[in-house]
Amino acid sequence: MTMTAHDVNRRGSVRDPKRDLTEPAPVRWLLTAVSLSFLGLFIVLPLAAVFSQALEKGTALYWEALREQDALDAIRLTLWTAAVSVPLNMIFGLAAAWAVTKFRFRGKNLLITLIDLPFSVSPVISGLIFVLLFGLQGWMGEWLDASGIRIIFAVPGIVLATVFVTFPFVARQLIPLMEAQGRDEEEAALVLGAGGLQTFLKVTLPNVRWALLYGVILCNARAMGEFGAVSVVSGHIRGATNTIPLHVEILYNEYNFTAAFAVASLLALLALVTLALKSFFEWKLREQLLRGNSEAHP
Amino acid sequence: MSIEVSNIHKTFGHFQALRDVSLEIPSGELVALLGPSGSGKTTLLRIISGLEMPDSGTVRFNGVDTTDRHVRERQVGFVFQHYALFRHMTVFDNVSFGLRVKPRKVRPARAEIRDRVMGLLRLVQLEGLADRYPSQLSGGQRQRIALARALAVEPQILLLDEPFGALDARVRAELRRWLRRLHDEIHVTSVFVTHDQEEALELADRVVVMNEGRIEQAGSPEEVYEHPANPFILNFLGNVNLFRGRVHKGLARLGGMELSAPEHAAADDAPAVGYVRSHDIALERRPSDGASLEALIRDIHAVGPSVRVTVVLNGYGGAVEAELTRDVFETLALKKGDAVFVRPRNVRVFVEDYQI
Repeated sequence: MTMTAHDVNRRGSVRDPKRDLTEPAPVRWLLTAVSLSFLGLFIVLPLAAVFSQALEKGTALYWEALREQDALDAIRLTLWTAAVSVPLNMIFGLAAAWAVTKFRFRGKNLLITLIDLPFSVSPVISGLIFVLLFGLQGWMGEWLDASGIRIIFAVPGIVLATVFVTFPFVARQLIPLMEAQGRDEEEAALVLGAGGLQTFLKVTLPNVRWALLYGVILCNARAMGEFGAVSVVSGHIRGATNTIPLHVEILYNEYNFTAAFAVASLLALLALVTLALKSFFEWKLREQLLRGNSEAHP
Repeated sequence: MSIEVSNIHKTFGHFQALRDVSLEIPSGELVALLGPSGSGKTTLLRIISGLEMPDSGTVRFNGVDTTDRHVRERQVGFVFQHYALFRHMTVFDNVSFGLRVKPRKVRPARAEIRDRVMGLLRLVQLEGLADRYPSQLSGGQRQRIALARALAVEPQILLLDEPFGALDARVRAELRRWLRRLHDEIHVTSVFVTHDQEEALELADRVVVMNEGRIEQAGSPEEVYEHPANPFILNFLGNVNLFRGRVHKGLARLGGMELSAPEHAAADDAPAVGYVRSHDIALERRPSDGASLEALIRDIHAVGPSVRVTVVLNGYGGAVEAELTRDVFETLALKKGDAVFVRPRNVRVFVEDYQI
């Protein structure tokens, strides 16, 4: 109020206070244009290319590429890998977030840093770690070979590498939310006589459900799409250790572009579905955070 | 149910939250734990509830040792400072929670739960809000729902952590009176934590004043206010003026006044401080006896039911604040810069080994 009055006195005209706070029009247009053209160049165009290439020689060939035995095997292995690693990481993420946010203990910051490790390590290195551990020349290689357990160049290796690469997703989503929510509601439940499991199912889980689903969907997208780490441990055995991304690479290297793009379009579709779900969960989460904030500061 | 806390110690890392705290709370009383922040009052409340474990010492309910009993089995009602309502549940589900999580064998039937919850909502005067979510309620309403939820399990003891801390002044005063009436109605042993001396003195049957992890004094509001055990309590329970000086064989000389202090008959020229509450400072135009001190008026603050007048004592140099009623203020017709005489009443002399 006083600001406006001051401006009137000095300049003799009333200024729109909001205009001072935004950039001039050319700058705004430039920024919008830059971000839109980037989006077009690096997201929309490649996505369109995938589908147009895949369908270039007609839908018949497209379906055939997907129904081919090797493709079906790759799809099956990818689904199987995701089905194992996503629930595992959901449990791990919940446990880690619970430990980090609801308890006080030594080495908490170290745990948080370690959770982030897979994000900062190149996926190829992640794969190599498992080769070094379980490969024939690795630490446990001889013993595993003697026991007849195959991990590297087999499905267990693929699952292990995928679990490793995707384990931060759920925990990373839950920790900030659970930190913000504090322990009050859990304590209230305990005082009211609820057991540990009851408290978890009726209070903690409903409070984090959108963040959890958000983390799970990101985790799933990465689990199905992971290339680097899986590529190192898989051995690329057709029909046995090929996931969708590896299969795409093989087809591409064989100059079988239509089939490569057809299979790739599956991953692109997965990305779109993930995006839609992610936006929905994000919106729900924001709604919940807003509600939570209004509760904390009445 | 009576509560007996004995020799409780509690540390958090290097911070000593409670040092050898012992307290007895008779059944049916409404007790205030009063103290500045960091005095350990909330920690004591949480130890009574079982949400926190003492490092040593015991908690007894009705003479039975409950120190090692899990919070779930203590049958206490706890109202959290920020209410801690379950944000994803309706008011009804919040209040019924404690009944719904009971083991099947002792869980009341659905209709009975419904009746109980509705009865509680009537008790807290929020019957119409059963289907609302916490985010749709005002602060005062949330507070009452939190109370209804705590009462639903028919607790033997009700514990409230800063129950009115997050509310605005008007709602706070209203809820305070309402809580007192409610307590008189249901008579469950209740302990609440507050840093607001007015709240503690108005609401509680007994006030426990805490400071730096210790209990300084416990007693009825009148006792604590009229006979504070030490300068800390005196200082904490209202505005006081300090007159520094010495006390020798029962005679105190403090800032220009001389008075007898029979409780310090043994003192041998010891440094002492006289404490006088600002409403115990009388101002007059003419000295009524030898104990009056000359002063000049420095400041007058005349907002509200009483008038605060700051005067500077001649010779002594210290500033003294007097709280006068409007009547007295107008009769004296005081103005800034006027010369007046100060007559302290109810001077409490403490030998200066105990500093605030």
